[in-house]
Amino acid sequence: MKISYYPGCTLKLKAKNLELAGLASLKALGIDVEEMDRWNCCGAVYSLTDDDLIHHVGPVRNLVRAKERGADKLVTLCSMCYNTLARANQLMKTDVVKRDTINRFMDDEIDYAGEVEVIHYLTLLEEHVGWDKIKAKVKAPLTDLKVAPYYGCTLQRPQDVGIEPMGSFRLMTRLLEAIGATVVPFNSSDKCCGSYQVLNAPAGDNDAAANVLKAANQAGIEALATSCPLCEYNLGKQQEQFLAKSKITAHVPTFYFTQLLAMALGVSPEVCHFELNDIRSLQLLEAKNIQAAA
Amino acid sequence: MTLPMNAQNVSVDVSLVSIEKINTLSGENVKLCMQCGTCTAACPMADEMDFFPRKVMHLSQFGMLSRMNDINTYWKCASCHSCSVRCPRGIDIAKVMEALRQLVLRTSKNYIEPSEMPAAQIKELPAIVMVAGFRKLTS
Repeated sequence: MKISYYPGCTLKLKAKNLELAGLASLKALGIDVEEMDRWNCCGAVYSLTDDDLIHHVGPVRNLVRAKERGADKLVTLCSMCYNTLARANQLMKTDVVKRDTINRFMDDEIDYAGEVEVIHYLTLLEEHVGWDKIKAKVKAPLTDLKVAPYYGCTLQRPQDVGIEPMGSFRLMTRLLEAIGATVVPFNSSDKCCGSYQVLNAPAGDNDAAANVLKAANQAGIEALATSCPLCEYNLGKQQEQFLAKSKITAHVPTFYFTQLLAMALGVSPEVCHFELNDIRSLQLLEAKNIQAAA
Repeated sequence: MTLPMNAQNVSVDVSLVSIEKINTLSGENVKLCMQCGTCTAACPMADEMDFFPRKVMHLSQFGMLSRMNDINTYWKCASCHSCSVRCPRGIDIAKVMEALRQLVLRTSKNYIEPSEMPAAQIKELPAIVMVAGFRKLTS
């Protein structure tokens, strides 16, 4: 079984804390993935108009690259990359007419018909590692950290590419439990953070994100775990402004789930690049003695 | 076509061509909508919208594009698919919103102007925000 890894644009810069912690964790768990060469932008959003095939070329070209290298599976960390690649893959599998048009357009590439399976890192952990093995490898359990999984939109919707059924947050919940954290029930795990709308909203005006954080305040949640750089930006980076406008009552440090996993597995904190998170994220871990244990 | 509405001779633009355009671009059939409002209830952006998604679906059913020219509803849509996965009629409403955006964007109009964004904001934003946002809001 060969597993290719697709990083995506943001994970090389603003969200390298998501990538590096994730890769270090896989290494600690003994899983070998190979970053695909010559990957390109997935497009970040899946084209929704019926006649727009040109924007599927980007994600499909990545899938072609994976197929060329003999990969059975293509794993992604970023939720939006996962969604775009998985939907493009589904299109190439099921829509014969569009598949032919796209294949003929990319006539310098091998034909593609959905042969590679696109999976998310969380699915990889469950299917290729297992929660018990992760639990056994934990060196610094995140004891007393009250955390909730935040899936946002693109891990679960639309349903036919979701990593698990609507309303179920089992994968990240099982992971957080395995690394010793206290998972708090949260009613906003799949509420939208406002996504790219933040581009057009003054700081502190993104109510979609504020509402998620407010719900976290009300549920007594200390930290949120996410897998999307866009969610992390919307939820994590404007909390001062939300507080100033009284839209939330307390800070809710946001982490990538890979950072929490890496810390629990004893990976060096430097690899997790907490400086890219809000400063309170690292302070919270220190307050829980998680940094010291690692 | 012009129809008298509410017995007051208020002219509205009902257009079969526009209904067809919306259906063709979205790949959906807006006539399936039964106006239950589940989409509006599920929408995280509804509070900021000029017209709720239910009303936009209703106007789409009559092809009344002129009534939707200046509203922000489809620009505020974050394509989160909360409506699409809940629609009891199985309509992918996110695709209808995309069709309405594209009808404007394909006339070379931008909803936001990247060149007017402050450099400090661009420096701070992750690439993923800009790729996604520019694809949705610019032509």
